[in-house]
Amino acid sequence: MAEFAVILVYTTTDAIFAERVLRRADLAAKLIPTPRHLGSDCGSAVRIPASESERCEELLRTAGVSLSRIVPLNT
Amino acid sequence: MLYLDHASTSWPKPDCVHEAILRYLRDVGASPGRSAHRLSLEAERIRFDAREAVAELVGMKDPMRVVFTCNATTAINLVLRGLLTPGCHAITTGMEHNAVLRPLRTLEAKGIAVSIAGCRADGSMDAAAIEQHIRPETKLIVANHASNVCGTVLPVREIGELARRHGITFLVDAAQTVGAWPIDLHHDNIDLLAFTGHKALLGPTGTGGLAIDDDFAVTSLPALISGGTGSRSEEEIQPDMLPDKYEAGTPNIMGLAGLAASVRYLIEYGVDEIIEHERLLTRRLIDGLGDIAGVRVVGPGDAQRQTAVVSFTVDGLACSEIARALDENHEIMCRPGLHCAPRAHRTLGTYPDGTVRFAPGPFTQEEEIDLAIEAVSSIARRGIDG
Ligand SMILES: Cc1ncc(COP(=O)(O)O)c(C=O)c1O
Repeated sequence: MAEFAVILVYTTTDAIFAERVLRRADLAAKLIPTPRHLGSDCGSAVRIPASESERCEELLRTAGVSLSRIVPLNT
Repeated sequence: MLYLDHASTSWPKPDCVHEAILRYLRDVGASPGRSAHRLSLEAERIRFDAREAVAELVGMKDPMRVVFTCNATTAINLVLRGLLTPGCHAITTGMEHNAVLRPLRTLEAKGIAVSIAGCRADGSMDAAAIEQHIRPETKLIVANHASNVCGTVLPVREIGELARRHGITFLVDAAQTVGAWPIDLHHDNIDLLAFTGHKALLGPTGTGGLAIDDDFAVTSLPALISGGTGSRSEEEIQPDMLPDKYEAGTPNIMGLAGLAASVRYLIEYGVDEIIEHERLLTRRLIDGLGDIAGVRVVGPGDAQRQTAVVSFTVDGLACSEIARALDENHEIMCRPGLHCAPRAHRTLGTYPDGTVRFAPGPFTQEEEIDLAIEAVSSIARRGIDG
């Protein structure tokens, strides 16, 4: 299993919103430039530990953050 | 020096506002949304702080539905020019600022019908005064929350309730109230709320925006300005997502840094505290000015029903001359004239001569109000430069 996953969002504001929601829940969320092969909706994406993907998705949906998708980050 | 022109622009600002602006300029500097490096992200965080703070202040859950423009005027134009198409009808009130009336008059020339619901001579009105103008093609009701001329607060919750019942969009011009009067998007039945950063929000000029209720469908409101947003860069059409849809072009992050700090300050200080204090000042002004022979206070004359904006006239003296004397001889700054609101002055019976407007702020002291009253009293007794 990949170590990290990336949350793809539509706007930089969504990325910051996601970062804030996840950090408030003490999750190690980090903003990274969106890997080009994963899309171009927004220049920034949120990198999270892959093992926390489900929890992150749940938190973000509850907070009302729009996200495009969460994908494993293969490095 | 006594600054009584807070209804134009508040001053001084809390120290945290200067510090936030300086910090942005010195330590961040970059533009948000464009790049993904740390400084650009930090700029986006600052903008998000401002969104979250404004959302919290007006009772919204979703900060993404706060969009920034450079002032209330732009936000109002965005809604009026976007929503009203030829054949539509809009209703407004007899107390509006030109920020509402001028775009409406421009649209009238393009085939949009406009009705103006009358107000009483103190600027007040009941929602029923609006209801009688509703037609099948009525698309929008736009009303100011409080008058910038005399502080009269309009019953926005009742007007909003009426708008909901008839399925009409409701836009509130809250330039004079956000930060100075309780307002809650949801409870007050407001679809769209235009706010400005530089008045009661205590932020810098060049900031403002539109707060959009959860149930308002943004697909029905085109962008006023389109262009780069940093998102969907492969597309040549404006994205429909909030907040990007209405935020094309590099924003005023320096200003938003100040706004984020000022709104956070207001939330911590307590808008209720400020209202309480300003009510005291308003009452003192109304009573003190009202006791001077030859002075007529315009508006409700009741601190419970108005914001901290008190307009008056002095028999036989021109407003502009009074304001000049207050500035030159008493170091008191205020605003005379028609206050960009000729319609409101017609309603109040003070058109075309206008009024002198005193608008204290959260840091104005009671003793300062007494000095202002003393100065007006002296002018009324002895003449302009007597
Ligand atoms: C009632 C009212 N509406 C709109 C505006 C416009 O605000 P701004 O100049 O910040 O766009 C003002 C203030 O100038 C105002 O007092």
